[in-house]
Amino acid sequence: MLYREAGDFKTSYTSDNQTFPIRFDRYGYYFVLGVAFLVMPLILNDYWTNALVVPFLIYTIAALGLNILIGYCGQLSLGTGGFMAVGAYASYKLMTGFPDLNIIFVILLSGLVTAGVGVLFGLPSLRIKGFYLAVATLAAQFFLIWLFTRTPWFFNYSPTGMISAPTRTVFGIPVTGASASALSMYMICLVFLVALAWLARNLTRGTLGRQWMAIRDMDIAAEIIGVNPLWSKLTAFAVSSFYIGVAGALLFAVYLGAAEAGEAFGIDKSFLVLFMVIIGGLGSIFGAFAGAFFLIAGPVLLKIMLVDNLGWATDLAAHLEIMIIGALIIVTLIMEPHGIAALWRTIKEKLRLWPFPY
Amino acid sequence: MLDTQPDEGYTTADGRKIGGVAMEMKNITLRFGGVVAIKDISFDIRWGEVRAIIGPNGAGKSSMLNVISGFYNPQEGEVIYKGYRRPRMRPYQVARTGIARTFQNIALFEGMSVLDNIMTGRLNHMKANIFQQAMWWGKAQKEEEENREKVEKVIDFLEIQHIRKTPVARLPYGLKKRVELARALAAEPSILLLDEPMAGMNVEEKEDMCRFILDVNDEFGTTIVLIEHDMGVVMDLSDRVVVMDYGKKIGDGTPDEVRNNEEVIKAYLGVTDD
Repeated sequence: MLYREAGDFKTSYTSDNQTFPIRFDRYGYYFVLGVAFLVMPLILNDYWTNALVVPFLIYTIAALGLNILIGYCGQLSLGTGGFMAVGAYASYKLMTGFPDLNIIFVILLSGLVTAGVGVLFGLPSLRIKGFYLAVATLAAQFFLIWLFTRTPWFFNYSPTGMISAPTRTVFGIPVTGASASALSMYMICLVFLVALAWLARNLTRGTLGRQWMAIRDMDIAAEIIGVNPLWSKLTAFAVSSFYIGVAGALLFAVYLGAAEAGEAFGIDKSFLVLFMVIIGGLGSIFGAFAGAFFLIAGPVLLKIMLVDNLGWATDLAAHLEIMIIGALIIVTLIMEPHGIAALWRTIKEKLRLWPFPY
Repeated sequence: MLDTQPDEGYTTADGRKIGGVAMEMKNITLRFGGVVAIKDISFDIRWGEVRAIIGPNGAGKSSMLNVISGFYNPQEGEVIYKGYRRPRMRPYQVARTGIARTFQNIALFEGMSVLDNIMTGRLNHMKANIFQQAMWWGKAQKEEEENREKVEKVIDFLEIQHIRKTPVARLPYGLKKRVELARALAAEPSILLLDEPMAGMNVEEKEDMCRFILDVNDEFGTTIVLIEHDMGVVMDLSDRVVVMDYGKKIGDGTPDEVRNNEEVIKAYLGVTDD
């Protein structure tokens, strides 16, 4: 009854093209934005920010990036961890090399550097497709991690091989380093996420997005109607890597504070983000949010339930947690192969008619 | 300097003016390894006409269309388009010179809505750069709306308003064919290539499709090159017909001329040599 489109007429192509054509959706979106910017800062404590919210925000950015590549352009990539490492190390080198550079620019530049690296490793996609491309990007993952652990220049010759983020401020408030508060971490990640999600939505609904999807759905037909495969595949790699680079820079500089390539950005990170994209829903912006929430919040909530509420041993809970999350992934994929986003779409279609059958 | 001599064209029996030569295929030979798909074929396509290519299965009709749309590059011979010899091009570059096509097996983008599919057809008319698009601002937004208006005209023309926002994967076969035509039309092509537009349709759908093809030719003056197996359709629609068999051209002329051509009858019906 509440969720309906009847009577909601569009009189211009602008209003028909908007992101949330249904009024209820639109107000829901404003409400969520309001809560995220105004209410959450008041109620968040350090534990929840560190354990759940900030990683969720950062991984959503990475999932958005990978979703552009896999979900929109159909190019399979397993190099996400490696590209996040590029973002992290680029931000480290920029922060230590140019101490006066504002952290916002550092993160954006790290994204640009990663975009360049992504285009380089995206070049094979012009020749190879599907699983073979996945193997090529897997090579990128291992090569990049090897490069960052073996070349002392990247970690400024520190004896531990670790990189650690110095304190940087935005408007005088520290957002990186030890003195950064949970609130400032939350806010900078949120701003980046909202801006990048908005850009991703614009890119995917415009000409470029249609070119990506055309390449994904039928590359030969796409080329014959005028899509330049070189341009659209490489832009997908560039934009996707930019997002993943920004996520890597935020993960290192804002969230972790110190990192080591092999540990923080290993192959398991590539798979984590890939699972987020698949479970959330390929080719959907909302899917990136849903998938990241599922895989970040799931383990945290399970741990709270098992350890804190039921009083189980931590190690037992940790093992069970992996099994339960694994089972949930399988169940989700069997019940809804197109991910949570497709489930959400079905619910919305049902809701439009509810409580009438048709 | 033009690579071919301009000429006047002719007037059809029903009084339509047909222009000069739009595209000329000169001695095209196409081989796949040892297999010769097209053997030394020459013919021309004139502005504003409906040109059919017919022939039995495996005659090389689709290969011919693929040569025109730049998907195959012939080993020998040349394509002369708008008076100039066409250099070796990638298919997307050919598309930008004003050639659009539909496919024998529907080649729509299944994951996208009908509207998005047709909007993709207008790709070559959209020039906003990636940053404008990312901001959805200025040129990008303006272009999107201008092109949407053009697309809506095509949607109106082909009577598919009701499925505008439906994902293509949910459509029945006949409508998919129509959406594919819409996508090709949205490009506002000078030459429209149709590869078996009536394949697998029932009589009613065929009649609709015929009407659309004639209307396109009539209203927009689009030159149409058509491959079709339904002889009734071909003879009714086309101004001139090329007949191919085993990669060779065995007939070329008006439907009547072709119908009475002995070699064509032989290829289609089979004649015992006695």
